Amino acid sequence: MTLALYHPVPSPVHRAPAGLKLLVLAALGVLLFVVPRLYLVGGALAGVLAVGLGLGGLPVRVLWAQVRPVLIWLAALFVVHLLVTDAATGALAVSRLLTLVLAAAVVTATSRVTELVDVVERICSPLRWVGVRPARIGLVIAMTLRFIPLIAERAARIREAQAARGGARRLTVLVVPLLVQVLQMAHTTAEALDARGADDEPLPRRRRRDR
Amino acid sequence: MKTRDLAYVALFAALVAVLGLVPPVPVAGFPVPITAQTLGVMLAGSVLGARRGGLALLVFLAVVAVGAPVLSGGRGGLSVFAGPTAGFLYSWPVAAFVVGALTQLTWRRFNLAWSLLANLAGGVVVIYAIAIPLTTFFADVSLATSFTSSMTFVPGDIVKGVLASVVAVAVHKAYPVIELPARRRPVTG
Repeated sequence: MTLALYHPVPSPVHRAPAGLKLLVLAALGVLLFVVPRLYLVGGALAGVLAVGLGLGGLPVRVLWAQVRPVLIWLAALFVVHLLVTDAATGALAVSRLLTLVLAAAVVTATSRVTELVDVVERICSPLRWVGVRPARIGLVIAMTLRFIPLIAERAARIREAQAARGGARRLTVLVVPLLVQVLQMAHTTAEALDARGADDEPLPRRRRRDR
Repeated sequence: MKTRDLAYVALFAALVAVLGLVPPVPVAGFPVPITAQTLGVMLAGSVLGARRGGLALLVFLAVVAVGAPVLSGGRGGLSVFAGPTAGFLYSWPVAAFVVGALTQLTWRRFNLAWSLLANLAGGVVVIYAIAIPLTTFFADVSLATSFTSSMTFVPGDIVKGVLASVVAVAVHKAYPVIELPARRRPVTG
């Protein structure tokens, strides 16, 4: 089970720091909502495609896979705008969303998960002042990514067992045993973490080197 | 936070992800098959309580943001946070927190009725109260349009609220996770 939308190709876009790419994405989002002009959105759309497909060397299907699930919503949105407002407003709203979705898809496809987790940790570092350890946020995200295939496998196993007994395909009969297994996993995971000293205060850097 | 809490948060974030991978399940007497992801939002609050439930959903959103395709329909990455349905994503941590807060308030006399109240208020009302105005902003449609188009999903969400409540009551009996601070006993004798 692959769990990443990262698409490895050697390109300058891939090499650019993930934090910078996120910053550009955020700036683009603010810009397109603050200055709602169709020519600006069109230019941004062309720019995003140029960066993703040209400079970033991403195949069309990678971006298409991200855009396809959104298309039906965009079509529906355009129809709503035709009925309620007018075609120009509709075109603007649809192209703006399409541009942002594509831009975000480019960032996701060109940045490694580990890099993005690092950025999340860095963004959360001010939380240190309210007593949150940023490294723990990274740890929890990493644990979640690891647990997803594990829980998916448990869910599949429960389904198989129920199918073998000729059970009904109902959601409750899947969720209750799955939840109990998940709570038990939490128990063993916490014990394993404690055994490795995850709850200890980290030693000051200088003293650690002395040992 | 203890390591136990970290494990709960990570596991429930993963559980919400897995519920998004579960193919939509047909529900008896309901025309549209429903996806299970908001069920996970309600369960996180009902089982873990306000703080851990809300955090679990924040972690889930972080995992989506770093590029795991774990939203229902295999969506993921940063693009979903700008998409037309982004308002629903932003509402989930708040919804889980509210479900958890209401569950904790009624924990000592917890039953199906209280659970239903918590899940429908937190898991349905809060989600739409946040998602509808945000959809108005992202999709540039009027509040009324956004409201009516959202209402098509409400029956499915109520079904999920009932499901979550049944499960929450079962877990309350079998494996209670929420711990309340010990009530101070009046000194007698």
